Amino acid sequence: MALRQLGAAAAVAATLALATPAHAVTEIQWWHAMTGPNNDVVVKLANDFNASQNDYKIVPSFKGSYADVLNAGIAAFRAGNAPGIMQVFEVGTATMMAAKGAVKPVSELMKEQGESFDPKSYLPAITGYYSTSKGDMLSFPFNSSSMVMWINLDALKKADIAEPPKTWPEVFADARKLHATSPTCGFSSSWITWGLIEQFSAWHNVPIGSKGNGLDGFDTVLAFNTPLQTKLLEGLVDLQKDKSYDYSGRTNTGEGRFTSGECPMYMTSSAFYPNVKANAKFTYTAVPMPYFPDVNGAPQNSIIGGASLWVMGGKTPEEYKGIAKFFTFLSDTDRQVYLHEVSGYLPITKAAYDKTKTSGFYDKNPILEVPLKELTNKPPTENSRGLRFGGMVQMRDVWSEEIEAALAGKKSAKEALDAAVSRGNAMLRQFERTAAK
Amino acid sequence: MENRAIFSGKLLPYLLILPQLAVSLIFFYWPALQALQQSFLVQDAFGLSTEFVWFENYINLLQTPEYYHAIAVTFVFSALVAFFSLTIGLLLAVMANRNIRGVQIYRTFLIVPYAVAPAVASVLFIFMFQPGLGMIARALQRNGIDWNPVLNGTHAMILVVVVAVWNQISYNFLFFLAGLQAIPRSVIEAAAIDGAKPMRRFWTIIFPLLSPTTFFLIIVNITYVFFNTLGIIDTATGGGPNGATQTLVYKVFQDGKVGTDLGGSAAQSVILMVIVVALTAFQFRYVEKKVHY
Repeated sequence: MALRQLGAAAAVAATLALATPAHAVTEIQWWHAMTGPNNDVVVKLANDFNASQNDYKIVPSFKGSYADVLNAGIAAFRAGNAPGIMQVFEVGTATMMAAKGAVKPVSELMKEQGESFDPKSYLPAITGYYSTSKGDMLSFPFNSSSMVMWINLDALKKADIAEPPKTWPEVFADARKLHATSPTCGFSSSWITWGLIEQFSAWHNVPIGSKGNGLDGFDTVLAFNTPLQTKLLEGLVDLQKDKSYDYSGRTNTGEGRFTSGECPMYMTSSAFYPNVKANAKFTYTAVPMPYFPDVNGAPQNSIIGGASLWVMGGKTPEEYKGIAKFFTFLSDTDRQVYLHEVSGYLPITKAAYDKTKTSGFYDKNPILEVPLKELTNKPPTENSRGLRFGGMVQMRDVWSEEIEAALAGKKSAKEALDAAVSRGNAMLRQFERTAAK
Repeated sequence: MENRAIFSGKLLPYLLILPQLAVSLIFFYWPALQALQQSFLVQDAFGLSTEFVWFENYINLLQTPEYYHAIAVTFVFSALVAFFSLTIGLLLAVMANRNIRGVQIYRTFLIVPYAVAPAVASVLFIFMFQPGLGMIARALQRNGIDWNPVLNGTHAMILVVVVAVWNQISYNFLFFLAGLQAIPRSVIEAAAIDGAKPMRRFWTIIFPLLSPTTFFLIIVNITYVFFNTLGIIDTATGGGPNGATQTLVYKVFQDGKVGTDLGGSAAQSVILMVIVVALTAFQFRYVEKKVHY
């Protein structure tokens, strides 16, 4: 019996050996940070690509949070075995870009490999974030989201508010009214620096820092302590006193306060959608971020969050060929439509957006179009195409600390923003020093 | 009394100690030296450019007010955690050392929390204390206490102290219990016959005889709060709000891993190393004199 099994196994092995093509398959490591259903999407994409041809094999591996992937990639590079493709979140862009020689710009890769690649076919608010100021794309956009305002319509009705707020003065007024019906919270938000500084500045077409928000060079200086940003923070500090606005932490740990019904207005990522859909037991909607109507030209366009794929340097020509083919595979319109509808992340090409629109998908899922309308609201300006500051991951913590000091009443809004700017500038100088060489 | 070692040659003892030496060298001294070397460099994250800057990282550090704030936070945090985890651990050990029915069950239950990883402990406590969602947070709010660790620094400090203490009590309990059981019954019984009341027996006999255990635990606990509470702080508060729970070791982690400022982070870990060595040396020099073996 055992012998017969052995014989069968040998026969199978022999057939396999014969079936395998003579040339070796080039393996390409893809490190990412996608969990749950989005991890399945990553695996499916890799499997589909691997099945579509015989020369290359994409091997996805989950490496933890966004920050973990970045750190694992840096450590692997220092040890001399970086992966071929690395998924890096948007605020890691400056770190990757400064690493000349460690990464290979996507535009350069596609040109070298002769893959047809037109950056203009992508949504400009998305590519702008990942391109040089000359328009050369550095990394390949993968999963993008934007920020929206989630609204509990039942609570609005209860508080006698006819429709969701559009402007910040309306938000302030509605928050007070909603607070009367919800004892602990009228309005709250996640990712405070992304929402209250980064998105807010782009949405009002004002700079966060000099040099086109850092896209034109590392010698950039922060500039978000103007009267406009101060006015927003002062408004929130005022509301925080009686919890009409209630701070929910730096990241998205407080999002449950919206789905539980505690905070009826909640500003956070559009990628929160699947969670709301699964957990909210009330009628809800999402509306564009509020703006100050007295600001000329507001609203402008929003900026993205999420991550892009970076190609690491020092790989073999075969690996680069495979990566280029994989990116062409990803750019396919149907594939992008599928990605958008399954993951809740945004389509990155214009064709995919149009196709989803004409298919009537947004008639049934209007919430998913809100972030796209924000991103395409107007053509991006120098202030709204994205930002690129060195050490941005930690800088967000520093900015958050100062906003917390203001909300806790330890500093005035203006003092807090001034401190956030000066501490941030010190970090930028430190980064510039190592990046310039 | 024969006090000499039983080894005749010189080679064998060295050979036997070699594995331990190798482990110490590879896992303690080599990284420590690397940290020292890194602290004199300014380097980008990918290691593509390196510049030797002498003491610039240290000087920069000593010029940032946030660093002094982190030192103060660390000392407040460690004093609170060490004090509460030791006293509560001792109290529980004394109670579990009595002859009561089912004492084994109590002892086992008191040891279990030590098996919970710090980060998991944090998550458990966040569930209870998160404003708006946690049961304990809601109870506090109903009773008029405006509990809000995401914005109130004092509340955040209380939260991380509670988690760190809870996580460490079992360890202290275990050692105190072993120490208590090693005290000869006859001494305590003799004191009882002489008419000493329980409190007097505890303070004049039991507590002094426990002093070696207490001393050992003080050192272990200080090292624990200085280094091992990183996971708790990262999960519970992320050093916030406004730096209220940012301890030295958490700042090393933040600047090194999140900020990829390897030189500055290395300088901080060197300073941290010096502080802990000094603290331990101080304890051995002065506190140990009060210990009776």
